[in-house]
Amino acid sequence: MSSIKYDDYLLKDKLPLFWCGGCGNGNVLGSILRAFANLKFKRQKTVVVTGIGCWGKADDYINTNTFHGTHGRALAFATGIKLANPDLNVIALMGDGDGATIGGNHLIHAARRNVDITAVLVNNFNYGMTGGQYSGTTPEHSFTSTSRYGHIEEGFDLCKLAAAAGAPFVARGTVYGITQLDKLVEQALCKKGFSFVEVITPCPTHFGRLNGLKTASLMLNWIKENSVTKNQAEKMSDGEIRGKFVTGVFVDVDKEDYSTRYKKLQQRAAEAVEGGCDK
Amino acid sequence: MTVKGNVRFIQGNEAMAEGALAAGARFFAGYPITPSSEIAEVSSRRLPKLGGVYVQMEDEIGSIAAVIGASVAGKKSFTATSGPGFSLMQENLGVAVMAEVPCVIINVQRSGPSTGLATKPAQGDVMQCRWGTHGDHGIIVLSPSSVQDCYDLTIKAFSLAEEYRTPVILLADEIVGHMREKVVFQELQTDEIKVRKAPGCSPEYYKPFRLGEGVTPLACYGGEHVFRVSGSTHDEWGFACSRPGNAEKYIRHYTEKIENNRDRIVLTREYNLSDAEYTIVTFGCTTRSALEAMYIARSTGKRVGVLELVTLWPFAEESVMEACQNARAVIVPEMNLGQVLREVQRVVGRNIPVVGVNKVDSKAIRPAEILDKIREVETCLV
Ligand SMILES: Cc1ncc(C[n+]2csc(CCOP(=O)(O)OP(=O)(O)O)c2C)c(N)n1
Ligand code: SF4
Repeated sequence: MSSIKYDDYLLKDKLPLFWCGGCGNGNVLGSILRAFANLKFKRQKTVVVTGIGCWGKADDYINTNTFHGTHGRALAFATGIKLANPDLNVIALMGDGDGATIGGNHLIHAARRNVDITAVLVNNFNYGMTGGQYSGTTPEHSFTSTSRYGHIEEGFDLCKLAAAAGAPFVARGTVYGITQLDKLVEQALCKKGFSFVEVITPCPTHFGRLNGLKTASLMLNWIKENSVTKNQAEKMSDGEIRGKFVTGVFVDVDKEDYSTRYKKLQQRAAEAVEGGCDK
Repeated sequence: MTVKGNVRFIQGNEAMAEGALAAGARFFAGYPITPSSEIAEVSSRRLPKLGGVYVQMEDEIGSIAAVIGASVAGKKSFTATSGPGFSLMQENLGVAVMAEVPCVIINVQRSGPSTGLATKPAQGDVMQCRWGTHGDHGIIVLSPSSVQDCYDLTIKAFSLAEEYRTPVILLADEIVGHMREKVVFQELQTDEIKVRKAPGCSPEYYKPFRLGEGVTPLACYGGEHVFRVSGSTHDEWGFACSRPGNAEKYIRHYTEKIENNRDRIVLTREYNLSDAEYTIVTFGCTTRSALEAMYIARSTGKRVGVLELVTLWPFAEESVMEACQNARAVIVPEMNLGQVLREVQRVVGRNIPVVGVNKVDSKAIRPAEILDKIREVETCLV
């Protein structure tokens, strides 16, 4: 039997990728497809749900079932898909604008509900698709096409957000550390319950250009220079950690996922055990 | 439908939930809102007993998204809401149009705009149903005028959704939703419940958006057919496609698959139209007052007839024309400022007076108000 490879999931006739040279999206796509291959995902049983944005076009290159909906709503579509058929592997791919800004509410509630979905959120600190405007993760003081005087808002720490919302698996990787990213994505896909992986990614075309990092190598260096592992971070002060990308697994706990709980609810309903004090 | 069945005395909202279950719906996602919340409550109790899923989402944007997702994953799916929630659903309603995903959206209308009067009735969402989501498209909208209708038309809505691979809107209103009446849960014959057919072709040839042979069957995620669904303008395989000719083909397809089947989709009810001098064109809760006005008028020898639009969209152009062409005047009572009135005027033309009885004070239109209008028109015509 020949082994399964990442490109068994790749739509090769759709290449070359539409993304800019130096964009990190292709690297993240690679990690995801390698994880599919390692885990021998069946195309028939897999649905990739994407949002709208540069990263939201990732489904154009994937040959599993796909669903490409609206900006910010990937997790809501994915929730319906997963609850309707819990046997499916459901993966949601979102940008930082998509999944954490316009769609932030769906992120916290999908995490809280613990729907068995893997969310891979590519954070390039801006809205790549629409010309590099600021998003909910744009760092304070940085420049974007709509923060030309320096951004005055603080950016979200998405891993803290997902953890606080109750996600049983939360991790952050970067495009610079692909080996680690491969592992994180695979771990997330194996997790029963809501798993969240944030990937720090370069957008040299917009974020890079306005922040003195206009080549791919400058951006990757910037990511490398500012990345610290979870263990290193634990020894750093709040001031030292500001602006750094802490990588690693932050949460990995076992929790009954939504569909398992719902099955039990269905059993109670079938036995006609309605709760409430009016009974 | 066969008449054998189970007789109940229930509320319109409850009847819509029961109709959905009878039609085979097994997935509800929604967000509570007056005056539709009873639909969510009944669904939350009944669905799990039937092996179905009820999930309360974080908002109506997520609700309709989950409904669309669940439908593509193979469950007949629906949601229920009212004005503010229906407004939030508009963008994703377009996804259901573009990706041709069957689903049912119940809108129990309340007085708007904005938060408006949360507990009061209105019929102000007729045009929002037609054109609420951006871009050209066709849409099917049904409007119940009794609790029996709430049950029957919900079943019908699911059938139409599957047959035309489209979202169907059940446009109810607070009066019909909260009214209690006798309803018969008919035993359905198998052909009344549309079951989604798996695509006949082998997986490698399956094009989920094939054009030219009516409506292509929609596969379900998890089956043999691996497929792509997209809210972006796409080709027959579901791949994003920006060729101008392609966009044109699909936009026309979304419109024509519904407009060209008007004769099969449109339902109307006719009362005393054969000799009518005055035709009342009505829909939803207002139908009840229109019928009462007709009976009172008839008892005084005035020849009044009623055309009830059970299907609001696609618009019943042929039936309206036929019902109005020999009338001296046409009266269109509605709890808005003339949304159906203008459609009737468009169809009937300028030779016959078409006048509205329009009320937006959140109170039902009374039969006397319709009779007053007929009298007023009568004096003008002499
Ligand atoms: C409701 C809505 N508002 C705005 C847009 C326009 N829009 C498309 S993509 C996008 C931002 C994408 O940014 P992000 O999610 O960070 O992804 P990236 O392009 O950076 O990969 C915006 C604002 C839209 N498609 N829909
Ligand atoms: S604009 Fe930015 S995010 Fe979009 S493809 Fe180019 S580099 Fe990537």
